[in-house]
Amino acid sequence: MQVGAAAAPRDPALPARVVLAAVVLVLLWPALELTEFDPRKLFETGNLLTMARFLGTFFPMALGADFLGLVLRSALETLALATVGMALAIALAAPLALAVSESLSVSRIGPAPRAWLRRMLRVPVRLLLVVMRSIPEIVWALLFVRAVGLGPAAGILAIAINYAGMLGKVYFEIFEAGDTRPARAVLESGGGRLHAFFYGILPVSLPELVSYTVYRWECAIRASVVMGFVGAGGLGQQMELSMRMLEGGEVATMLVAFFALVMLADAISALLRKGLT
Amino acid sequence: MKLAVKALHLVLPGGHRALAGVSLGVARGERVAVIGPSGAGKTSLLRLLGVAHRPSSGSLAIADLDPWALPARALQQLRSRIGMIHQAAPLPPRQRLVTAVLAGRLGAWGLWRGLASLAYPADIAGARTALARLDLAERLFDRCDRLSGGQLQRVGVARVLYQKPDLILADEPVSALDPQLADQTVGELHREARARAVTLVASLHAVDLALKWFPRVVGLRDGAVVFDSPPVRITDAMLHDLYATESQTLPVQGSAPLAHPEPLSRAARRGAQPLCR
Amino acid sequence: MTAGAFVWRPWAVLGGFALAAGASLAYLGVDFGTLLGRDSVRQMAQFAQGFVPPDTSPEFLERTLAGATETLAISALGTLLAALAGALFALPASGRWGRWLRAPARLGLNVLRSIPELVWAVFMVLAAGLGPFAGCLALAVHTAGVLGRLFAETLENAPPEPARALRDAGAGATLAFLYGTLPVVLPQFTSYALYRWEYNIRMAAVLGFVGAGGLGQMLYVSLSVFKTHEAATLLIAMIAMVSIVDLLSAWLRRFLGRSDA
Repeated sequence: MQVGAAAAPRDPALPARVVLAAVVLVLLWPALELTEFDPRKLFETGNLLTMARFLGTFFPMALGADFLGLVLRSALETLALATVGMALAIALAAPLALAVSESLSVSRIGPAPRAWLRRMLRVPVRLLLVVMRSIPEIVWALLFVRAVGLGPAAGILAIAINYAGMLGKVYFEIFEAGDTRPARAVLESGGGRLHAFFYGILPVSLPELVSYTVYRWECAIRASVVMGFVGAGGLGQQMELSMRMLEGGEVATMLVAFFALVMLADAISALLRKGLT
Repeated sequence: MKLAVKALHLVLPGGHRALAGVSLGVARGERVAVIGPSGAGKTSLLRLLGVAHRPSSGSLAIADLDPWALPARALQQLRSRIGMIHQAAPLPPRQRLVTAVLAGRLGAWGLWRGLASLAYPADIAGARTALARLDLAERLFDRCDRLSGGQLQRVGVARVLYQKPDLILADEPVSALDPQLADQTVGELHREARARAVTLVASLHAVDLALKWFPRVVGLRDGAVVFDSPPVRITDAMLHDLYATESQTLPVQGSAPLAHPEPLSRAARRGAQPLCR
Repeated sequence: MTAGAFVWRPWAVLGGFALAAGASLAYLGVDFGTLLGRDSVRQMAQFAQGFVPPDTSPEFLERTLAGATETLAISALGTLLAALAGALFALPASGRWGRWLRAPARLGLNVLRSIPELVWAVFMVLAAGLGPFAGCLALAVHTAGVLGRLFAETLENAPPEPARALRDAGAGATLAFLYGTLPVVLPQFTSYALYRWEYNIRMAAVLGFVGAGGLGQMLYVSLSVFKTHEAATLLIAMIAMVSIVDLLSAWLRRFLGRSDA
């Protein structure tokens, strides 16, 4: 039976697909070159032996009393440094978020003295917050290790700065998203900004603020372990030492400790946040 | 393809008895319409005939074979000779019509031809011919989600036409079409069955279509056959009894139309980022 | 919630947190007096001053560019490999290869993603030597765990009807998957992978700290010898890389969202 045109049409998606395939291939080759991608390296005798020996030492796990004591102390150190770091981060983030908060803007409800100053202040503060959180915490950790030496102090400062950036942004968003009428009411009746904050914004936003902060604390614990690898104290620093010495048993124990720590933090965080929002 | 069904029972999970002792015999090349109120078991019957679902009890013979006793390979080959038209066309939203139609012959093509056809459709002319019979030839390279429900239903019919099966099972194939299109489509199925001398069993909601196009009509109610006769012998009284609407349950038997994929939700997006970003 | 109603829970948590922070401080014995004292601050200020101005010598800029492209390649290739491996592992992890494989596959994926990328990087440096290959493998392995789990969830939520209908028409399992399920899940897979790439570029930048190549390795070296001017340039390059990838990823997601599958 005759059907209209004699020849079947060509697939219109073909040119696009060919181009896509070509682009992928063209990009793939340099990518493989740049990353020195060479699976054969995995099977080089030298590397294989090292890996095999290292993996071999994983069992039995190091469970001597002294070592377990060290692991416990390191885990506590990580926990402690994450907590202090968060405390500092909150202390930094809250005023910064206030500074850029527009819901406390007096100039919104009428002319205010030096309103232009406030407005100009917002941009650099926001930029500062962006820089603080864009640089990964481990980079901050490395910088602080160079600046103040090895140990938990560097970790505390790194968390403080990086997380202040994150908290600052989210605090600001929470301030703006809540019901701003109580705050405005205080401002309109002549109260100062801080007054408006404590009586207007804070009661409304506090549960969400605390909830997010607890969630971030949990992240801080994980980050603290990773930062330890560049010398910022805690479990991570010990793990790095053990890895460098190819002590697989110690690494195994510390990995277990790491998982336990993360699960504990997760449980505490879930418990604290349950009744909040 | 010859069909022989004896004392077929089907109990759905949840306890509802969809089919209660259906016995039916269909000769090769016969055209049968199945009518009945919603919940009568029409879809269940077709699914059992299409070897898509096992009966709870009773015997089923397709082309003198017990399908469920066949080894996997033979069952697969048997299934490729059965074409099922669903009430809601099971088509991936972003798939193009040409691919959707060609998928009908995947059973016959085998792995390599099927793979190759993904890159470039293997038989554009054939797909277009099938779609032309349903008046959809010009939409050949459109995506399924650009079509209306009625058009999608017709694509499902086109796929089965392209498959060229020995047994066509149609589950309310025209439920989403306006009366004229519905009539045309059922006519197309009728022509196909006549031209290739293949068996056609269609469940229809519109009684007039059944009476018009099919030389044999089976009335189903509450999972049992009420009558099984040529249209001339079916009286109005019989039809009224069949469709009497007192105490009628409406279990959902067909699959719901496919939902359109939503853009990644906020939560889903967060899933892609690590927990602490 | 009116401004008047008093909720005690958040205050309790805050109070508890303050106590915990105090206890932690005591435990650590960090002398904040000296740390934030005059001398220390001056030392830090001097250190910070060393970053300005950043090193813009053509020779170093060239090296920075090389490092940046290396980091980009690590993140892109690592994410791509992870997506492929993740898709493969998602099949058993979603139960499509039988009930017995589901739990072990999910366990495997969980192990991969629970170990931080940096730890993986240290392993890979042992296994494959220093350099970008280790970083690429580390990213690939960790991200495979992440994407594999996400892909598995997507597969589990995908409508089974299209593939089921094809199998009922005699298609084999593989073809039924490719024609029936893959078109439904592929857009979401790609979206997940591209989102993950935005995070992976940040990770690729820092994996070099343990010797896995890229800008991170250069930064580590520069800081080790206190060449803070170089470090400043590298930091700027890192931020630039992250912004570029964020833009690319967003553009790709929009572009792929519009075109035909």
